[in-house]
Amino acid sequence: MTGNHPPVTDWSVDFDHADPTYAADPYPIWEEIRGRGCPVAHSDRYGGVWFPATHELVSEIAYDTERFTSRSVLVTEGRPLAPAPQGIAPPISSDPPFHHGARRLLLPAFSPKAIEKLEPFTRAYCHELLDAVAGREVIDGAVDYSQHIPVRVIAKMLGFPLEDADTFRKFVHDVLESVDLPIERRLENFLELDAYLTAQVEDHLAHPRDDLTSFLLDAEMDGAPLQPEHVGGTIVLLLLAGIDTTWSAIGSSLWHLAGHAADRQRLVAEPELLPLAIEEFLRAYAPVTMARLVVDDMDFHGCPMKKDEWVLLPFPSANRDPAAFDRADEVILDREENRHAAFGLGIHRCAGSNLARMEMRVALEVWLERFPEFSLADPAGVQWSGGQVRGPRVLPIHVG
Amino acid sequence: MRVRVDGDKCQGHNRCYSLAPELFDVDDYGNAHELNDGVVPPGLEEKARLAAANCPEYAVIIEEDA
Repeated sequence: MTGNHPPVTDWSVDFDHADPTYAADPYPIWEEIRGRGCPVAHSDRYGGVWFPATHELVSEIAYDTERFTSRSVLVTEGRPLAPAPQGIAPPISSDPPFHHGARRLLLPAFSPKAIEKLEPFTRAYCHELLDAVAGREVIDGAVDYSQHIPVRVIAKMLGFPLEDADTFRKFVHDVLESVDLPIERRLENFLELDAYLTAQVEDHLAHPRDDLTSFLLDAEMDGAPLQPEHVGGTIVLLLLAGIDTTWSAIGSSLWHLAGHAADRQRLVAEPELLPLAIEEFLRAYAPVTMARLVVDDMDFHGCPMKKDEWVLLPFPSANRDPAAFDRADEVILDREENRHAAFGLGIHRCAGSNLARMEMRVALEVWLERFPEFSLADPAGVQWSGGQVRGPRVLPIHVG
Repeated sequence: MRVRVDGDKCQGHNRCYSLAPELFDVDDYGNAHELNDGVVPPGLEEKARLAAANCPEYAVIIEEDA
């Protein structure tokens, strides 16, 4: 929860995804915007930001890399200094044609077969986390469990010290959650992240090893080594993009099961349903809203979009659009047709989606095995993060 | 019944591969392709339909026998 801006009073013309009301309960806000004649909200905040709420419009923008640039995907008060087509954190911040090569470099490390190899490590760590809180009647599903899992796995993949997990989470908070801070404060936070990464890169240059950091330092694109800002930007992306997103997805799934006994009992009785249930949790509680910048002044379905205005891509709202999904607001564990967009659509499909799914599945399997019965210890005390990644940050669960 | 992956639409979500590994495989870049020339063996028709119904990019195409 942030709330450094004044409270929103009209969601259609003064939209703000960092507003605490939005973090706590965005569903009625999406419904209201989707129900308008023009399902696109706007705000003068952040130097101009649009919010298309339907699946159809979100898809159209995700596929349109000509009129919408990915140069920055995080809505803030400022505008990114790094130019297109590379952007600050390739390939998420890159446009074609640069995007293709930068993404292709990363994909093999995140293929289903590569990710499978990380499963035993992930499973052992999930058990370790629950061993550490054994005997307690109340466990925080976010603080004690979900938040640690993706951090540990990505630190291992990058070859960073596993004990620096708290530092990584602070970076996530500074960079991804505190988006409504003044730009000077954000720059200070970035300097700290930059110093940390420089030290890690220097260590890998001096002592190359079999991990993603050394791989990137050695990698070539179009026959030439990657530019230092490309390597640095990609490491930032890999470090930060998988942390609060997956932590949110695991936390939201636990929150749902803790509050819906029938679904929990069904999953315990029919564990083979878990893969479909995970897709349904991803649909109903998609954590990530992406963003684009408008390339040039234009009319978009009647919206007078101006160059360098932000456009949010709310995949979570698209996933709840009744025009795209039957019974969109219901969680149906074995939903058969589920073309959800939790990992995005088009060329920027989340490169870590196989990793995120593995972590979700293992985290939920281990939790359900250890605690077949659990419930929300304090439903009103659950706290949700704001900004472009939504998930429970405080989640007391009764397991005793 | 046959299945086909439209390579221009596939973005590597890997939903088809995880739902119906008997019918699809993926390469190191996550691009899916149909196995066995797309022929769906008897008994796997439901899996083929499930794979198509869960592709976010509408890249899995089903061709029913005439």
